[in-house]
Amino acid sequence: MTTYLDHAATTPPRPQARAALTRWLEAANASATHLAGQAAREVVEEAREQVAGALRCSPHEVVFTSGGTEADNLAVKGVVWAARDGHRGVPHLVTTAVEHPAVLDPARWLAQRGDVRLTVVPPRADGQVEVEAVLDAVGPDTVLVSVMTANNEVGAVNDIPALAEELRSRGIRLHTDAVQAVATLEVDVTSWGVDALSLSAHKFGGPQGVGVAVLRRGLPVVPVAHGGGQDRGVRSGTFAVGLDAACAAALTAAVAERAALRTRLRRWTDRLATALTALDGVTRSGPAVAEQRLASHVHLLLEAVDPAALSLALDRAGVAASSGSACGAGAATASPVLEACGLRGTPLRLSLGWSTTAADVEHAIEVLSATVPRLRSRLGHVPSAGVS
Amino acid sequence: MAQVLVAMSGGVDSAVAAALLVEQGHEVTGVHLKLADLPLDEQLPGHGCCTLDDAQDARRAAQVLGIPFYVWDMSEVFVREVQTPFADSYAAGLTPNPCVTCNERVKYAALLARARELGFDALATGHHARLRRGAAPVVAPGPGVALHRAVDGAKDQSYVLYVATPEQLAHTLLPVGELTKSQVRALATERGLRVANKPDSYDVCFIPDGDTAGYLSQRLPTAAGPIVDADGVVLGGHDGVWRFTVGQRRGLGLDHHERRFVTDVDAATATVRVGPREQLACRWAELSAVSWTTGTAPEGPVRVQVRAHGRSVPARLVPARSDAVHPGAGAGEVRVVLDEPVHGLALGQAAVLYTPDDAVCLGGGRVVAAERPAGWPLAATAGPSGG
Repeated sequence: MTTYLDHAATTPPRPQARAALTRWLEAANASATHLAGQAAREVVEEAREQVAGALRCSPHEVVFTSGGTEADNLAVKGVVWAARDGHRGVPHLVTTAVEHPAVLDPARWLAQRGDVRLTVVPPRADGQVEVEAVLDAVGPDTVLVSVMTANNEVGAVNDIPALAEELRSRGIRLHTDAVQAVATLEVDVTSWGVDALSLSAHKFGGPQGVGVAVLRRGLPVVPVAHGGGQDRGVRSGTFAVGLDAACAAALTAAVAERAALRTRLRRWTDRLATALTALDGVTRSGPAVAEQRLASHVHLLLEAVDPAALSLALDRAGVAASSGSACGAGAATASPVLEACGLRGTPLRLSLGWSTTAADVEHAIEVLSATVPRLRSRLGHVPSAGVS
Repeated sequence: MAQVLVAMSGGVDSAVAAALLVEQGHEVTGVHLKLADLPLDEQLPGHGCCTLDDAQDARRAAQVLGIPFYVWDMSEVFVREVQTPFADSYAAGLTPNPCVTCNERVKYAALLARARELGFDALATGHHARLRRGAAPVVAPGPGVALHRAVDGAKDQSYVLYVATPEQLAHTLLPVGELTKSQVRALATERGLRVANKPDSYDVCFIPDGDTAGYLSQRLPTAAGPIVDADGVVLGGHDGVWRFTVGQRRGLGLDHHERRFVTDVDAATATVRVGPREQLACRWAELSAVSWTTGTAPEGPVRVQVRAHGRSVPARLVPARSDAVHPGAGAGEVRVVLDEPVHGLALGQAAVLYTPDDAVCLGGGRVVAAERPAGWPLAATAGPSGG
């Protein structure tokens, strides 16, 4: 029996999502004009309305994608390219060093192509991006700012409403990647005033392979995938009826349960942090103020612990947690987020979700309290043998 | 039953090694090493052993066998201990064997040490060589192990394993050495391993296209010098001694009817000497960085092999002579006197000793000095000992 504490990577599907996916796995093509197609389209449009209701935006502003990466790419490339069409000179794009690669890589790619001039804003050491730092980076040519709602590694929450208000007064568009945030944080597109927002269903109890791009009315977007012209041509491709329905069902359930989940997970992540930072050489990363951290994340830095030894030991003890991100080949690599924060040490992210139990938390504490001191004493002061 | 870490390259030998260990009842964990620091466009299919496809093939084999699998990034130690010294050695006029260095510094040092730290009893690889305890094949780690040539003589890799110490061999398993290559492929097919028919790799893993001179030309500065004959007459020129290795005949760019071979390389003066084949004859070599699989230097008659896929010749060990060493490569620790000459012995190569019946690998060392035709300064170059 594995204690699964990697909900930030993927969280199990909720029963409502399973039911919706099973119910609508077989569906007609939702663009077909016959009655069967109309029935399928009704499922998609109801899903769109549910998502809009959960995020407090218009259903016309909801586009289903293949996941968070496609939603981020659509927001960044689509908005930049649309802005470039009416722009004299090279437009300016601002993002941050702690963004997910699904934002940072398209941004860098656009800059390499000469489509934008790019500014990457550094975070504070606790992973937060200061509104002032972003505002200092924008200028008259800035067409888009992309700042994540909360960081996927250290769990630092950014003040998106305050940033949106400042940027709105300057006439600059704001996209936020809310993939990590939506499971435990209130996300309100309308009151926040963001122009674009990305979600990934498998982070809130939906299936893998579906996500949401919220693109506000009046935001010009050039499509990234051209084809049959579905979703007003912004995102071509046959509607994934079952996936869209399951995504909406999961989001509805997640939003209904969110306040209670947040309270519960906050208690447990604090319990984990208190117990584990009592060990020698273990510190918690992220903002000191609880409200500025995701309730679901505990990010620890372990001094003098070999990351490969840690991942082996946790697997053997039946605890699934993230001890680093992986490169293309699958090797653990140094985290650009931690580098940007100036943090060193072996990272360990414990992330909790809707199916986490108190027993999971206690088992993780028991295992880590035994494992970390053992790995430290074994390693001594020898630096890890080249494994990053 | 032992806890065994098996290094899985993505090839058929290490996949079958893992399968055999599982079937022997060991608790097996697979690890794929990211070694060479290749640019992403060289990690594409069909490029040596450090590609994304190889990691994927190794992962898939581990999945089929039902064992845990990890990828460890050891590129930092590999670049420091293997790739960089490889280029430095060529710049110093030596001819290194990077696979030997990799086994010595990466697999038997960094990787085995790490495996032991992590609680594994043994490290297994897919090398074609046999471990025997007395006459019995080794199926569990423990002391008293001898390193034998593989059953499949054409695939024998004991040469590149000579750097293993008795302590390291006691924690090593080589499950496929008892099998021929075709048996390995048949076992892989029976077990549904899709690497069963994957082609063998022959090249240096970090030079996937096999163009060593091209690889070095991107990393080493141009250092032009003359190509001379035995009497010092200049026959031509070159742009770097690293393009040449003793015994080489191609790529000399000489307009000459006679067959000429590189007979010596002097990095200090950037001079390459060429001559007829008889000038390649070499009857002794002096070795540094010696290492014995048995723990002690062999006594009495031995056989010596100076190339990975060469044949061995009868020889004996005598004390080293201090006046005959490569200044940058350290003093010779022992001299090997050959009963019959070998042709084209380059400095930097490994000389590996076997028992008189050619069955057991006893260890060996790096050639730091060797017999050269008269009138030539004996290896008067400076350079590092690595490579």
